[in-house]
Amino acid sequence: MSLPFILFFVFALISVGGALLLILAREPIHSALALILVMMSLAVLYLMLGAEFIAAVQIIVYAGAIMVLFVFVIMLLNAGTEERTDFSKIAKYAGLPLGIFLLLELAHWMAHSLIGKTPANGAGSANVMVSTRDLSMQLFQKYLFPFEATSILILIAILGALVLAKRDE
Amino acid sequence: MEFVTQHAVLVVSVVKIVILLFLTLTTLAYLTWFERKVVAHIQSRWGPYYVGAHGLLQPLADGVKFLFKEDLTPPGADKFLYILAPFLALSLALTTIALIPFGPATIKILGQPTQLIVANVNIGLMFVFAITSIGVYGVALAGWSSNSKYPLLGGLRSSAQMISYEVALTLSVVGVVLLAGTLNFSEMVGDQSGYYRYLPFLPRWHVFPQCIGFLCYFTSAIAETNRVPFDLPEAETELVAGFHTEYSSFKFAMFFMAEYANMLTVSFLATILFLGGWLSPFPETWTFLQYLPAVALLGLGIYLGYDAAVVARGIARIQLIVITFGALVLGALCLLPAVMPVIQGPFWFLLKVGCLIFFYVWTRGTLPRFRYDQLMSFGWKLLLPVSLANLVGTALWIIFPLLVKHG
Repeated sequence: MSLPFILFFVFALISVGGALLLILAREPIHSALALILVMMSLAVLYLMLGAEFIAAVQIIVYAGAIMVLFVFVIMLLNAGTEERTDFSKIAKYAGLPLGIFLLLELAHWMAHSLIGKTPANGAGSANVMVSTRDLSMQLFQKYLFPFEATSILILIAILGALVLAKRDE
Repeated sequence: MEFVTQHAVLVVSVVKIVILLFLTLTTLAYLTWFERKVVAHIQSRWGPYYVGAHGLLQPLADGVKFLFKEDLTPPGADKFLYILAPFLALSLALTTIALIPFGPATIKILGQPTQLIVANVNIGLMFVFAITSIGVYGVALAGWSSNSKYPLLGGLRSSAQMISYEVALTLSVVGVVLLAGTLNFSEMVGDQSGYYRYLPFLPRWHVFPQCIGFLCYFTSAIAETNRVPFDLPEAETELVAGFHTEYSSFKFAMFFMAEYANMLTVSFLATILFLGGWLSPFPETWTFLQYLPAVALLGLGIYLGYDAAVVARGIARIQLIVITFGALVLGALCLLPAVMPVIQGPFWFLLKVGCLIFFYVWTRGTLPRFRYDQLMSFGWKLLLPVSLANLVGTALWIIFPLLVKHG
Protein backbone atom coordinates (compact mmCIF):
# COMPACT_ATOMS: atom_id res chain seq x y z
CA MET A 1 0.00 0.00 0.00
CA SER A 2 1.61 3.19 -1.13
CA LEU A 3 1.06 6.53 0.54
CA PRO A 4 -0.96 8.13 -2.31
CA PHE A 5 -3.23 5.07 -2.28
CA ILE A 6 -3.96 5.42 1.44
CA LEU A 7 -4.38 9.21 1.11
CA PHE A 8 -6.85 8.73 -1.71
CA PHE A 9 -9.08 6.56 0.44
CA VAL A 10 -8.78 8.87 3.44
CA PHE A 11 -9.91 11.91 1.45
CA ALA A 12 -12.51 9.97 -0.53
CA LEU A 13 -14.03 8.83 2.77
CA ILE A 14 -13.90 12.39 4.14
CA SER A 15 -15.69 13.75 1.08
CA VAL A 16 -18.40 11.08 1.18
CA GLY A 17 -18.80 11.56 4.93
CA GLY A 18 -19.03 15.32 4.46
CA ALA A 19 -21.67 14.86 1.77
CA LEU A 20 -23.73 12.66 4.10
CA LEU A 21 -23.34 15.17 6.92
CA LEU A 22 -24.48 17.93 4.55
CA ILE A 23 -27.81 16.16 3.99
CA LEU A 24 -28.32 14.87 7.51
CA ALA A 25 -27.31 17.92 9.57
CA ARG A 26 -30.22 19.91 10.97
CA GLU A 27 -28.52 23.27 11.44
CA PRO A 28 -28.08 25.03 8.08
CA ILE A 29 -24.65 26.29 9.10
CA HIS A 30 -23.47 22.75 9.85
CA SER A 31 -24.65 21.73 6.37
CA ALA A 32 -22.70 24.62 4.84
CA LEU A 33 -19.56 23.63 6.74
CA ALA A 34 -19.97 20.00 5.65
CA LEU A 35 -20.12 21.21 2.04
CA ILE A 36 -16.88 23.13 2.59
CA LEU A 37 -15.33 19.90 3.90
CA VAL A 38 -16.40 18.10 0.72
CA MET A 39 -14.88 20.81 -1.46
CA MET A 40 -11.61 20.85 0.44
CA SER A 41 -11.17 17.09 0.22
CA LEU A 42 -12.01 17.23 -3.49
CA ALA A 43 -9.26 19.84 -3.85
CA VAL A 44 -6.83 17.41 -2.21
CA LEU A 45 -7.90 14.72 -4.68
CA TYR A 46 -7.25 17.11 -7.59
CA LEU A 47 -3.83 17.83 -6.11
CA MET A 48 -3.06 14.11 -5.98
CA LEU A 49 -3.98 13.89 -9.67
CA GLY A 50 -1.34 16.50 -10.40
CA ALA A 51 -3.68 19.43 -11.02
CA GLU A 52 -2.33 21.93 -8.51
CA PHE A 53 -3.83 25.02 -10.16
CA ILE A 54 -7.30 23.45 -10.27
CA ALA A 55 -6.92 22.45 -6.61
CA ALA A 56 -6.04 26.00 -5.56
CA VAL A 57 -8.85 27.48 -7.67
CA GLN A 58 -11.30 24.95 -6.22
CA ILE A 59 -10.48 26.20 -2.72
CA ILE A 60 -10.38 29.91 -3.62
CA VAL A 61 -13.60 29.97 -5.66
CA TYR A 62 -15.81 27.38 -4.01
CA ALA A 63 -14.67 27.13 -0.39
CA GLY A 64 -13.36 30.69 -0.13
CA ALA A 65 -15.89 32.76 -2.06
CA ILE A 66 -19.15 30.96 -2.80
CA MET A 67 -19.47 29.19 0.53
CA VAL A 68 -18.59 32.38 2.40
CA LEU A 69 -21.65 33.93 0.75
CA PHE A 70 -23.76 30.93 1.82
CA VAL A 71 -22.57 31.26 5.42
CA PHE A 72 -23.08 35.01 5.22
CA VAL A 73 -26.72 34.63 4.12
CA ILE A 74 -27.38 31.98 6.76
CA MET A 75 -26.01 34.34 9.40
CA LEU A 76 -27.93 37.30 7.96
CA LEU A 77 -31.26 35.47 8.05
CA ASN A 78 -30.35 33.89 11.38
CA ALA A 79 -31.82 30.65 10.03
CA GLY A 80 -32.89 28.25 12.74
CA THR A 81 -33.02 24.48 12.86
CA GLU A 82 -34.60 22.73 9.89
CA GLU A 83 -38.03 21.20 10.32
CA ARG A 84 -38.28 17.56 9.41
CA THR A 85 -41.20 16.22 7.42
CA ASP A 86 -42.06 12.66 6.55
CA PHE A 87 -40.56 11.50 3.30
CA SER A 88 -42.84 12.00 0.34
CA LYS A 89 -44.21 8.82 -1.19
CA ILE A 90 -42.51 9.39 -4.54
CA ALA A 91 -39.13 9.72 -2.86
CA LYS A 92 -39.72 6.51 -0.91
CA TYR A 93 -40.96 4.24 -3.69
CA ALA A 94 -39.39 5.69 -6.82
CA GLY A 95 -36.36 7.65 -5.60
CA LEU A 96 -34.56 4.94 -3.67
CA PRO A 97 -34.57 2.25 -6.42
CA LEU A 98 -33.65 4.85 -9.03
CA GLY A 99 -30.78 6.09 -6.90
CA ILE A 100 -29.45 2.58 -6.42
CA PHE A 101 -29.84 1.92 -10.16
CA LEU A 102 -27.85 5.08 -10.98
CA LEU A 103 -25.10 4.10 -8.57
CA LEU A 104 -24.82 0.60 -10.03
CA GLU A 105 -24.74 1.92 -13.58
CA LEU A 106 -22.02 4.43 -12.74
CA ALA A 107 -19.98 1.72 -11.03
CA HIS A 108 -20.48 -0.57 -14.03
CA TRP A 109 -19.31 1.96 -16.58
CA MET A 110 -16.37 3.12 -14.50
CA ALA A 111 -15.22 -0.43 -13.95
CA HIS A 112 -15.66 -1.14 -17.65
CA SER A 113 -13.68 1.80 -18.85
CA LEU A 114 -10.86 1.84 -16.31
CA ILE A 115 -9.95 -1.77 -15.48
CA GLY A 116 -6.95 -3.13 -17.29
CA LYS A 117 -5.92 0.21 -18.69
CA THR A 118 -2.91 2.06 -17.41
CA PRO A 119 -3.52 5.78 -17.55
CA ALA A 120 -1.55 7.60 -20.21
CA ASN A 121 1.32 10.02 -19.45
CA GLY A 122 1.39 9.09 -15.78
CA ALA A 123 -1.91 10.77 -14.89
CA GLY A 124 -3.37 9.35 -11.72
CA SER A 125 -0.14 9.58 -9.83
CA ALA A 126 1.21 12.88 -8.55
CA ASN A 127 4.49 12.35 -10.39
CA VAL A 128 3.43 14.76 -13.11
CA MET A 129 2.26 18.19 -12.06
CA VAL A 130 0.40 20.03 -14.80
CA SER A 131 2.02 23.45 -14.88
CA THR A 132 -0.17 26.53 -14.85
CA ARG A 133 1.49 27.68 -18.07
CA ASP A 134 0.45 24.52 -19.96
CA LEU A 135 -3.05 24.76 -18.57
CA SER A 136 -3.48 28.36 -19.68
CA MET A 137 -2.04 27.56 -23.11
CA GLN A 138 -4.75 24.92 -23.55
CA LEU A 139 -7.42 27.19 -22.11
CA PHE A 140 -6.64 30.23 -24.24
CA GLN A 141 -5.78 28.49 -27.51
CA LYS A 142 -7.54 25.18 -27.95
CA TYR A 143 -10.55 25.87 -25.72
CA LEU A 144 -10.78 29.63 -26.18
CA PHE A 145 -14.34 29.67 -27.53
CA PRO A 146 -15.95 27.56 -24.76
CA PHE A 147 -13.95 29.56 -22.20
CA GLU A 148 -15.18 32.94 -23.48
CA ALA A 149 -18.71 31.62 -23.94
CA THR A 150 -18.76 30.54 -20.29
CA SER A 151 -17.59 33.93 -19.10
CA ILE A 152 -20.30 35.67 -21.16
CA LEU A 153 -22.84 33.28 -19.62
CA ILE A 154 -21.69 34.27 -16.13
CA LEU A 155 -21.81 37.95 -17.09
CA ILE A 156 -25.41 37.51 -18.25
CA ALA A 157 -26.27 35.90 -14.90
CA ILE A 158 -24.74 38.86 -13.03
CA LEU A 159 -26.65 41.36 -15.19
CA GLY A 160 -29.86 39.40 -14.62
CA ALA A 161 -29.34 39.52 -10.85
CA LEU A 162 -28.76 43.30 -11.09
CA VAL A 163 -31.95 43.81 -13.12
CA LEU A 164 -33.98 41.78 -10.61
CA ALA A 165 -32.52 43.68 -7.68
CA LYS A 166 -33.14 47.10 -9.27
CA ARG A 167 -36.77 46.43 -10.23
CA ASP A 168 -38.33 47.89 -7.07
CA GLU A 169 -37.18 51.45 -7.59
CA MET B 1 18.88 7.19 14.37
CA GLU B 2 18.25 4.81 11.50
CA PHE B 3 14.88 6.51 10.98
CA VAL B 4 16.60 9.89 10.68
CA THR B 5 19.01 8.73 8.00
CA GLN B 6 16.30 6.94 6.03
CA HIS B 7 13.75 9.74 6.08
CA ALA B 8 16.14 12.69 5.93
CA VAL B 9 13.81 14.90 3.87
CA LEU B 10 10.90 14.35 6.26
CA VAL B 11 13.01 14.96 9.36
CA VAL B 12 14.54 18.12 7.91
CA SER B 13 11.06 19.43 7.06
CA VAL B 14 9.86 18.80 10.59
CA VAL B 15 12.95 20.50 12.03
CA LYS B 16 12.36 23.53 9.80
CA ILE B 17 8.68 23.68 10.77
CA VAL B 18 9.52 23.53 14.48
CA ILE B 19 12.15 26.30 14.20
CA LEU B 20 9.87 28.50 12.09
CA LEU B 21 6.90 27.97 14.43
CA PHE B 22 8.98 28.83 17.48
CA LEU B 23 10.37 31.98 15.85
CA THR B 24 6.94 33.03 14.55
CA LEU B 25 5.17 32.58 17.89
CA THR B 26 7.89 34.54 19.70
CA THR B 27 7.67 37.28 17.07
CA LEU B 28 3.87 37.38 17.46
CA ALA B 29 4.21 37.85 21.22
CA TYR B 30 6.73 40.66 20.77
CA LEU B 31 4.67 42.31 18.02
CA THR B 32 2.07 43.11 20.71
CA TRP B 33 4.83 44.75 22.74
CA PHE B 34 6.07 46.63 19.64
CA GLU B 35 2.60 47.87 18.77
CA ARG B 36 1.85 49.05 22.32
CA LYS B 37 5.20 50.80 22.55
CA VAL B 38 4.90 52.58 19.17
CA VAL B 39 1.26 53.63 19.67
CA ALA B 40 2.18 54.87 23.14
CA HIS B 41 4.99 57.03 21.80
CA ILE B 42 2.70 58.40 19.07
CA GLN B 43 0.33 59.42 21.87
CA SER B 44 3.12 60.82 24.10
CA ARG B 45 2.96 57.99 26.63
CA TRP B 46 5.56 55.45 27.72
CA GLY B 47 3.64 52.23 27.06
CA PRO B 48 4.55 49.00 28.89
CA TYR B 49 7.24 49.98 31.36
CA TYR B 50 7.18 48.08 34.64
CA VAL B 51 7.40 44.40 33.71
CA GLY B 52 11.07 43.94 32.95
CA ALA B 53 13.37 46.45 31.28
CA HIS B 54 11.44 48.58 28.75
CA GLY B 55 8.43 46.35 29.52
CA LEU B 56 10.10 43.53 27.62
CA LEU B 57 8.56 40.84 29.83
CA GLN B 58 5.05 42.18 29.25
CA PRO B 59 4.15 39.59 26.53
CA LEU B 60 5.16 36.83 28.94
CA ALA B 61 3.00 38.29 31.71
CA ASP B 62 0.09 38.64 29.27
CA GLY B 63 0.47 35.01 28.21
CA VAL B 64 0.39 33.79 31.81
CA LYS B 65 -2.65 35.98 32.48
CA PHE B 66 -4.50 34.53 29.45
CA LEU B 67 -3.73 30.98 30.54
CA PHE B 68 -5.05 31.45 34.07
CA LYS B 69 -8.25 33.33 33.25
CA GLU B 70 -11.59 31.55 33.40
CA ASP B 71 -12.56 30.05 30.06
CA LEU B 72 -16.22 30.97 29.60
CA THR B 73 -18.66 29.48 27.10
CA PRO B 74 -21.87 31.50 26.74
CA PRO B 75 -25.12 29.55 27.29
CA GLY B 76 -26.80 28.52 24.04
CA ALA B 77 -23.53 28.68 22.11
CA ASP B 78 -22.84 26.08 19.47
CA LYS B 79 -20.07 24.34 21.45
CA PHE B 80 -18.29 22.63 18.58
CA LEU B 81 -18.13 25.68 16.33
CA TYR B 82 -17.37 27.94 19.29
CA ILE B 83 -14.21 25.93 19.97
CA LEU B 84 -13.41 25.33 16.30
CA ALA B 85 -13.41 29.04 15.33
CA PRO B 86 -10.25 30.22 17.17
CA PHE B 87 -8.34 27.09 16.17
CA LEU B 88 -9.31 27.64 12.55
CA ALA B 89 -8.29 31.30 12.66
CA LEU B 90 -4.87 30.67 14.22
CA SER B 91 -3.89 27.49 12.38
CA LEU B 92 -4.76 28.93 8.96
CA ALA B 93 -2.92 32.16 9.73
CA LEU B 94 0.20 30.19 10.71
CA THR B 95 0.02 27.78 7.75
CA THR B 96 0.65 30.51 5.17
CA ILE B 97 4.04 31.30 6.70
CA ALA B 98 5.27 27.85 5.58
CA LEU B 99 5.14 29.07 1.96
CA ILE B 100 7.31 32.16 2.49
CA PRO B 101 10.96 32.06 1.28
CA PHE B 102 13.28 33.95 3.65
CA GLY B 103 16.44 33.94 1.59
CA PRO B 104 18.26 32.49 -1.41
CA ALA B 105 20.89 30.61 0.60
CA THR B 106 21.10 26.84 0.90
CA ILE B 107 21.94 25.58 4.38
CA LYS B 108 22.71 22.11 5.69
CA ILE B 109 20.60 20.50 8.38
CA LEU B 110 21.69 16.97 9.38
CA GLY B 111 23.90 16.86 6.30
CA GLN B 112 20.91 17.49 4.04
CA PRO B 113 21.10 20.64 1.87
CA THR B 114 17.91 22.64 2.20
CA GLN B 115 16.50 26.07 1.39
CA LEU B 116 15.20 28.76 3.75
CA ILE B 117 11.57 27.85 3.03
CA VAL B 118 9.38 25.06 4.39
CA ALA B 119 7.36 24.33 1.24
CA ASN B 120 8.58 25.62 -2.13
CA VAL B 121 5.33 25.23 -4.08
CA ASN B 122 5.05 25.94 -7.83
CA ILE B 123 1.99 28.07 -7.28
CA GLY B 124 2.87 29.58 -3.90
CA LEU B 125 0.83 32.73 -4.48
CA MET B 126 -2.34 30.79 -5.31
CA PHE B 127 -1.91 28.65 -2.21
CA VAL B 128 -1.51 31.66 0.05
CA PHE B 129 -4.72 33.11 -1.40
CA ALA B 130 -6.47 29.76 -1.00
CA ILE B 131 -5.54 29.56 2.67
CA THR B 132 -6.35 33.18 3.47
CA SER B 133 -9.70 32.89 1.70
CA ILE B 134 -10.62 30.10 4.12
CA GLY B 135 -9.53 32.33 7.00
CA VAL B 136 -12.82 34.24 6.87
CA TYR B 137 -14.58 31.31 8.51
CA GLY B 138 -12.69 31.72 11.76
CA VAL B 139 -14.19 35.17 12.27
CA ALA B 140 -17.61 34.40 10.78
CA LEU B 141 -18.09 31.22 12.83
CA ALA B 142 -16.90 32.93 16.00
CA GLY B 143 -19.57 35.56 15.49
CA TRP B 144 -22.30 33.07 14.72
CA SER B 145 -21.59 30.43 17.35
CA SER B 146 -21.40 32.86 20.29
CA ASN B 147 -25.22 33.19 20.34
CA SER B 148 -25.04 36.88 21.09
CA LYS B 149 -25.97 39.91 19.03
CA TYR B 150 -22.74 41.94 19.04
CA PRO B 151 -20.57 39.03 17.88
CA LEU B 152 -23.14 38.17 15.23
CA LEU B 153 -23.07 41.72 13.86
CA GLY B 154 -19.28 41.74 14.01
CA GLY B 155 -19.06 38.42 12.18
CA LEU B 156 -21.47 39.64 9.51
CA ARG B 157 -19.56 42.85 8.97
CA SER B 158 -16.30 41.00 8.82
CA SER B 159 -17.45 38.46 6.22
CA ALA B 160 -18.95 41.20 4.04
CA GLN B 161 -15.78 43.26 4.33
CA MET B 162 -13.45 40.35 3.59
CA ILE B 163 -15.43 39.27 0.52
CA SER B 164 -15.42 42.82 -0.83
CA TYR B 165 -11.74 43.51 -0.31
CA GLU B 166 -10.52 40.09 -1.37
CA VAL B 167 -11.52 40.92 -4.95
CA ALA B 168 -9.41 44.09 -5.04
CA LEU B 169 -6.56 42.33 -3.21
CA THR B 170 -6.36 39.51 -5.74
CA LEU B 171 -6.73 41.79 -8.77
CA SER B 172 -4.01 44.16 -7.60
CA VAL B 173 -1.53 41.28 -7.43
CA VAL B 174 -2.25 39.94 -10.93
CA GLY B 175 -0.24 42.82 -12.44
CA VAL B 176 2.88 41.54 -10.66
CA VAL B 177 2.16 38.00 -11.82
CA LEU B 178 1.98 39.28 -15.41
CA LEU B 179 5.32 41.06 -15.06
CA ALA B 180 7.08 38.14 -13.37
CA GLY B 181 5.40 35.43 -15.47
CA THR B 182 5.33 32.99 -12.55
CA LEU B 183 3.38 32.12 -9.40
CA ASN B 184 6.40 30.80 -7.50
CA PHE B 185 7.71 33.14 -4.79
CA SER B 186 11.42 32.41 -5.25
CA GLU B 187 11.24 32.98 -9.01
CA MET B 188 9.27 36.18 -8.40
CA VAL B 189 12.04 37.55 -6.21
CA GLY B 190 14.66 36.42 -8.71
CA ASP B 191 12.80 38.36 -11.41
CA GLN B 192 13.30 41.57 -9.43
CA SER B 193 17.11 41.43 -9.22
CA GLY B 194 19.28 43.96 -11.06
CA TYR B 195 18.69 47.57 -12.09
CA TYR B 196 16.83 49.39 -14.84
CA ARG B 197 18.89 49.97 -17.97
CA TYR B 198 18.19 53.70 -18.21
CA LEU B 199 17.92 54.37 -14.47
CA PRO B 200 20.88 52.41 -13.11
CA PHE B 201 20.32 53.52 -9.49
CA LEU B 202 16.75 52.13 -9.37
CA PRO B 203 16.42 48.44 -8.44
CA ARG B 204 14.00 46.48 -10.63
CA TRP B 205 11.48 45.99 -7.83
CA HIS B 206 7.90 45.61 -8.94
CA VAL B 207 6.83 48.45 -6.69
CA PHE B 208 8.03 51.01 -9.25
CA PRO B 209 6.11 49.90 -12.37
CA GLN B 210 3.26 48.63 -10.17
CA CYS B 211 2.97 51.53 -7.70
CA ILE B 212 -0.82 51.70 -8.17
CA GLY B 213 -1.02 47.96 -7.66
CA PHE B 214 1.06 48.25 -4.50
CA LEU B 215 -1.18 50.97 -3.05
CA CYS B 216 -4.31 48.93 -3.87
CA TYR B 217 -2.72 45.79 -2.46
CA PHE B 218 -1.65 47.30 0.83
CA THR B 219 -4.92 49.17 1.39
CA SER B 220 -7.03 46.08 0.80
CA ALA B 221 -4.58 44.02 2.84
CA ILE B 222 -5.16 46.30 5.83
CA ALA B 223 -8.90 45.79 5.31
CA GLU B 224 -8.45 42.01 4.98
CA THR B 225 -6.65 41.84 8.31
CA ASN B 226 -9.34 43.93 10.04
CA ARG B 227 -6.95 46.63 11.15
CA VAL B 228 -7.49 50.35 11.73
CA PRO B 229 -8.93 52.22 9.80
CA PHE B 230 -10.94 49.21 8.58
CA ASP B 231 -11.50 47.50 11.95
CA LEU B 232 -15.29 47.67 11.71
CA PRO B 233 -15.78 44.02 12.85
CA GLU B 234 -14.46 44.93 16.29
CA ALA B 235 -15.45 48.59 16.56
CA GLU B 236 -15.61 48.93 20.32
CA THR B 237 -17.81 52.04 20.29
CA GLU B 238 -20.51 50.17 18.39
CA LEU B 239 -20.07 46.43 18.97
CA VAL B 240 -18.27 46.08 22.37
CA ALA B 241 -15.49 43.93 20.87
CA GLY B 242 -17.17 42.56 17.76
CA PHE B 243 -16.81 38.90 16.86
CA HIS B 244 -14.67 37.98 19.87
CA THR B 245 -16.84 39.66 22.52
CA GLU B 246 -17.77 36.36 24.19
CA TYR B 247 -14.31 34.82 24.03
CA SER B 248 -12.08 34.81 27.06
CA SER B 249 -8.85 33.25 28.25
CA PHE B 250 -6.68 31.50 25.71
CA LYS B 251 -9.29 31.36 22.95
CA PHE B 252 -9.24 35.16 22.89
CA ALA B 253 -5.46 35.05 22.82
CA MET B 254 -5.65 32.77 19.78
CA PHE B 255 -7.73 35.34 17.86
CA PHE B 256 -5.26 37.99 18.93
CA MET B 257 -2.33 35.93 17.67
CA ALA B 258 -4.16 35.13 14.43
CA GLU B 259 -4.59 38.85 13.75
CA TYR B 260 -0.88 39.48 14.18
CA ALA B 261 0.03 36.40 12.15
CA ASN B 262 -2.16 37.71 9.33
CA MET B 263 -0.40 41.07 9.52
CA LEU B 264 2.92 39.25 9.20
CA THR B 265 1.74 37.19 6.23
CA VAL B 266 0.44 40.25 4.40
CA SER B 267 3.72 42.10 4.97
CA PHE B 268 5.73 39.04 3.83
CA LEU B 269 3.65 38.90 0.67
CA ALA B 270 4.00 42.63 -0.02
CA THR B 271 7.77 42.33 0.41
CA ILE B 272 8.05 39.35 -1.94
CA LEU B 273 5.70 40.68 -4.61
CA PHE B 274 6.57 44.36 -4.68
CA LEU B 275 9.67 45.15 -2.62
CA GLY B 276 12.16 42.68 -3.98
CA GLY B 277 11.99 40.08 -1.18
CA TRP B 278 15.44 39.28 0.18
CA LEU B 279 17.30 41.45 -2.38
CA SER B 280 19.41 44.34 -1.16
CA PRO B 281 18.60 47.74 -2.73
CA PHE B 282 22.32 48.50 -3.11
CA PRO B 283 24.67 47.25 -5.86
CA GLU B 284 26.46 43.95 -5.32
CA THR B 285 29.83 45.70 -5.65
CA TRP B 286 29.32 47.30 -2.25
CA THR B 287 30.70 44.25 -0.46
CA PHE B 288 31.15 46.08 2.83
CA LEU B 289 27.36 45.93 3.24
CA GLN B 290 27.58 42.27 4.17
CA TYR B 291 28.84 43.40 7.59
CA LEU B 292 25.61 45.35 8.11
CA PRO B 293 23.66 42.65 10.07
CA ALA B 294 26.62 42.16 12.42
CA VAL B 295 27.13 45.92 12.84
CA ALA B 296 23.43 46.44 13.56
CA LEU B 297 23.37 43.71 16.22
CA LEU B 298 26.64 44.87 17.81
CA GLY B 299 25.37 48.46 17.86
CA LEU B 300 22.18 47.31 19.57
CA GLY B 301 24.29 45.39 22.07
CA ILE B 302 26.45 48.42 22.86
CA TYR B 303 23.39 50.67 23.29
CA LEU B 304 21.75 48.15 25.62
CA GLY B 305 24.99 47.72 27.51
CA TYR B 306 25.09 51.48 28.09
CA ASP B 307 21.46 51.29 29.18
CA ALA B 308 22.23 48.50 31.65
CA ALA B 309 25.25 50.29 33.10
CA VAL B 310 23.78 53.78 33.49
CA VAL B 311 19.96 53.82 33.47
CA ALA B 312 18.49 50.50 34.64
CA ARG B 313 18.14 49.36 38.25
CA GLY B 314 17.44 46.03 39.98
CA ILE B 315 16.04 43.09 38.01
CA ALA B 316 15.75 45.18 34.84
CA ARG B 317 19.54 45.63 34.95
CA ILE B 318 20.15 41.86 35.11
CA GLN B 319 17.73 41.32 32.26
CA LEU B 320 19.38 43.99 30.15
CA ILE B 321 22.82 42.48 30.76
CA VAL B 322 21.52 39.12 29.52
CA ILE B 323 20.01 40.72 26.38
CA THR B 324 23.20 42.71 25.75
CA PHE B 325 25.24 39.54 25.96
CA GLY B 326 22.83 37.78 23.56
CA ALA B 327 22.96 40.62 21.02
CA LEU B 328 26.78 40.75 21.15
CA VAL B 329 27.07 36.97 20.68
CA LEU B 330 24.61 37.04 17.76
CA GLY B 331 26.47 39.96 16.20
CA ALA B 332 29.76 38.08 16.51
CA LEU B 333 28.12 35.00 14.97
CA CYS B 334 27.07 37.11 11.97
CA LEU B 335 30.76 37.84 11.36
CA LEU B 336 31.62 34.14 10.92
CA PRO B 337 32.38 33.33 7.27
CA ALA B 338 29.98 30.36 7.35
CA VAL B 339 27.04 32.42 8.63
CA MET B 340 27.58 35.74 6.83
CA PRO B 341 26.30 34.78 3.33
CA VAL B 342 23.29 32.96 4.81
CA ILE B 343 22.18 35.87 6.98
CA GLN B 344 22.13 38.50 4.18
CA GLY B 345 18.81 37.39 2.62
CA PRO B 346 16.80 37.09 5.86
CA PHE B 347 18.29 40.39 7.09
CA TRP B 348 17.01 42.48 4.16
CA PHE B 349 13.76 40.53 4.01
CA LEU B 350 12.97 41.07 7.68
CA LEU B 351 14.09 44.71 7.52
CA LYS B 352 11.51 45.41 4.79
CA VAL B 353 8.84 43.43 6.64
CA GLY B 354 9.66 45.41 9.79
CA CYS B 355 9.11 48.70 7.94
CA LEU B 356 5.71 47.50 6.70
CA ILE B 357 4.71 46.37 10.21
CA PHE B 358 5.74 49.78 11.52
CA PHE B 359 3.54 51.36 8.84
CA TYR B 360 0.64 49.21 10.06
CA VAL B 361 1.08 50.42 13.62
CA TRP B 362 1.59 54.00 12.45
CA THR B 363 -1.78 54.01 10.64
CA ARG B 364 -3.39 52.63 13.78
CA GLY B 365 -1.92 55.49 15.78
CA THR B 366 -3.04 58.21 13.36
CA LEU B 367 -6.18 57.34 11.38
CA PRO B 368 -9.80 57.34 12.61
CA ARG B 369 -12.15 54.47 11.74
CA PHE B 370 -14.25 54.46 8.57
CA ARG B 371 -18.04 54.46 8.65
CA TYR B 372 -19.48 51.22 7.34
CA ASP B 373 -21.00 52.63 4.14
CA GLN B 374 -17.78 54.54 3.46
CA LEU B 375 -15.88 51.28 3.81
CA MET B 376 -18.10 49.49 1.32
CA SER B 377 -18.16 52.25 -1.28
CA PHE B 378 -14.39 52.73 -0.94
CA GLY B 379 -13.81 49.06 -1.63
CA TRP B 380 -16.23 48.60 -4.51
CA LYS B 381 -16.24 52.01 -6.17
CA LEU B 382 -12.60 53.03 -5.86
CA LEU B 383 -10.22 50.15 -5.12
CA LEU B 384 -11.84 47.61 -7.45
CA PRO B 385 -11.98 49.83 -10.59
CA VAL B 386 -8.49 51.19 -9.97
CA SER B 387 -6.95 47.74 -9.59
CA LEU B 388 -8.85 46.52 -12.65
CA ALA B 389 -7.56 49.48 -14.68
CA ASN B 390 -4.06 48.73 -13.39
CA LEU B 391 -4.40 45.13 -14.56
CA VAL B 392 -5.59 46.13 -18.04
CA GLY B 393 -2.84 48.77 -18.31
CA THR B 394 -0.16 46.25 -17.31
CA ALA B 395 -1.45 43.71 -19.81
CA LEU B 396 -1.38 46.32 -22.61
CA TRP B 397 2.11 47.40 -21.57
CA ILE B 398 3.35 43.81 -21.89
CA ILE B 399 1.52 43.01 -25.10
CA PHE B 400 2.39 46.25 -26.93
CA PRO B 401 6.03 45.37 -27.87
CA LEU B 402 4.84 41.97 -29.13
CA LEU B 403 2.20 43.62 -31.31
CA VAL B 404 4.72 46.07 -32.73
CA LYS B 405 7.17 43.28 -33.48
CA HIS B 406 4.64 41.13 -35.32
CA GLY B 407 3.19 44.10 -37.20
